[in-house]
Amino acid sequence: MTILAQKPKSLTDLPMHYCPGCGHGIVHRLIGETLDELQIAQRTIGVAPVGCAVFADSYFACDCVQGAHGRGPAIATGIKRSKPQAIVFSYQGDGDLASIGMAEIVHAAVRSENITIIFINNAIYGMTGGQMAPTTLVGQVATTAPKGRDPKLQGWPINMCEMLAQITGSKFLARVAVDTPQNVMKAKQAIKKAFENQVNNVGFSMVEVISQCPTNWHANVQQALEFVRTKMMPQYPLGIFKDEGAK
Amino acid sequence: MTEKTLRKGNEALAEGAIRAGVRFFAGYPITPQNEVPEYMSAYLADNGGAFVQAESEIAAINMVYGAAATGTRSMTSSSSPGVSLKQEGISYLASADLPCLIVNVMRGGPGLGSISGAQGDYFQATRGGGNGDYHVIVLAPNSVEELGNFPKLAFDLAEKYRMPAMILADGILGQMMESMAFNFDPVDPNQIGKFDWAVDINKEGRAKTNVYSYKGDNLIEDVTLRAKRYGLIEKTEARWEERETEDADIILVAYGLSSRACLEAVNKAKEQGLKVGLFRPITLWPFPSKRLAELAAKAKGVLVVEQSLGQLVQDVRLAVAGKVPVGLNAYPAGGQPDGAQILTAAASLLTGKKEGLFDLQEHAEGFSYACKRDLTLGVQGDRKGVK
Repeated sequence: MTILAQKPKSLTDLPMHYCPGCGHGIVHRLIGETLDELQIAQRTIGVAPVGCAVFADSYFACDCVQGAHGRGPAIATGIKRSKPQAIVFSYQGDGDLASIGMAEIVHAAVRSENITIIFINNAIYGMTGGQMAPTTLVGQVATTAPKGRDPKLQGWPINMCEMLAQITGSKFLARVAVDTPQNVMKAKQAIKKAFENQVNNVGFSMVEVISQCPTNWHANVQQALEFVRTKMMPQYPLGIFKDEGAK
Repeated sequence: MTEKTLRKGNEALAEGAIRAGVRFFAGYPITPQNEVPEYMSAYLADNGGAFVQAESEIAAINMVYGAAATGTRSMTSSSSPGVSLKQEGISYLASADLPCLIVNVMRGGPGLGSISGAQGDYFQATRGGGNGDYHVIVLAPNSVEELGNFPKLAFDLAEKYRMPAMILADGILGQMMESMAFNFDPVDPNQIGKFDWAVDINKEGRAKTNVYSYKGDNLIEDVTLRAKRYGLIEKTEARWEERETEDADIILVAYGLSSRACLEAVNKAKEQGLKVGLFRPITLWPFPSKRLAELAAKAKGVLVVEQSLGQLVQDVRLAVAGKVPVGLNAYPAGGQPDGAQILTAAASLLTGKKEGLFDLQEHAEGFSYACKRDLTLGVQGDRKGVK
């Protein structure tokens, strides 16, 4: 019997706690496949965030550090500078990376820390129950924007890839989605590139994943995927924003 | 072991930290501790370590969290308002049971305060400082020599008990120069073993390691278990220095630079035929309560000398437990104690006078205060029409 597909070795056997239809599980798998294929799991150290992915440290089979909200890039910096041979990645959500941790992500890029950032953008605070995120769309309803995000009061959503592209130290910036099999495969390519860059000492690499949150969008999975395509993608166009990595 | 050399306090501290095996430093500029990161940036990389000038104190302490998780001897230094920013990370370090060194070269506060030396961060240092039930080991040097030697002691204790340690120094101590010698041989980080709790690479055959602070359903067990270590530390690790305490009528209690002024008072007292001794806590947490209580029981009074407005005195009162009067001779917000003033306060304590003794409620005697809204300045209704 030939095995055509199986769980990556770089993921543990622990059942994931994510809601049905959530994108986190898919992205975890893509990271696991990447660590397997690049054969770097033995030297990888992950940084888990605060938020829905707080238990990510239990799902990756490598050593992990779980730290404070927004501080992943700083923690990853401390690990990488102490263990330069380690492959270090920080897994973060949108409130984590684009709000409370804005200084940490910007300056990790400024220093071109040779680390990999996986940034899950679902335009909402999930774990805390659906509050407005820095990436919440104009008009999108959140528990702290009950009438929908109003730019006059709450400003506009922030596009991190475009913003970080201005920084000389950022070397690879890609925005992907996990709404269709084709997009999942493209997401895999980008994630793999972001890890390969670190192996090749290219410098700061980040993949932003547009992800769906059916629970806090109050949508079924079909509607959530539709929201990704019709509402999220116009605000957050997919693509490679910077690629200065060695081939 | 070294010959005596003349060094500035902050530079002695930085050199002492490198000799103690520190190989990761992250910090952010703030007066009066700037010589520490400057020294580290010049010498740490050449010693096989890493220096990062962080974007903020918050980022710096979280870099230390990451570095400490790998088992690397890691530290940050700052001064009062900067240490306030670090409290988030210190709480996480305590929760994740990570050893590291945090240095606070104190300045005046609250807020931006002033850049002159002070001791206003005693509460913050000795009560944990951030959220949750935890402690950090707090060492209080009173000389440039101790500043240089305490990083080694701090790491030995921090690693023994898997918790952060803090050196709480006065701004003036960091800035002044004295003759000093290191009392230990340099530590070679390549020759010290690895910790089984640290994250690492190439761990074939070893179990996956996680360093984390979210304990969820296990929090009660986690906090209770850690408290056993705290209890053991209180019983076994308290350190202090005594001068002329055996038959003293008045015991002065002071740490850091204040204790140097107290030495002047002890010497002056001797000339005047007064029996005044000094009890100097070297560990502020654990506080050497037991020995202080023994001494207080034989004395007529205890006088606390601090460059803050009634912080150290609280631990002293807890230790003395009402056995003898405890007075406070306070020099807050950058005020400098001197021997003559301390002796005046000591005499007041013996004779029931008030000169030199600070009491918060007496301080407010006859004082009244009111903050009122004033309609002649306009009304708040001008927010009408704002959408």
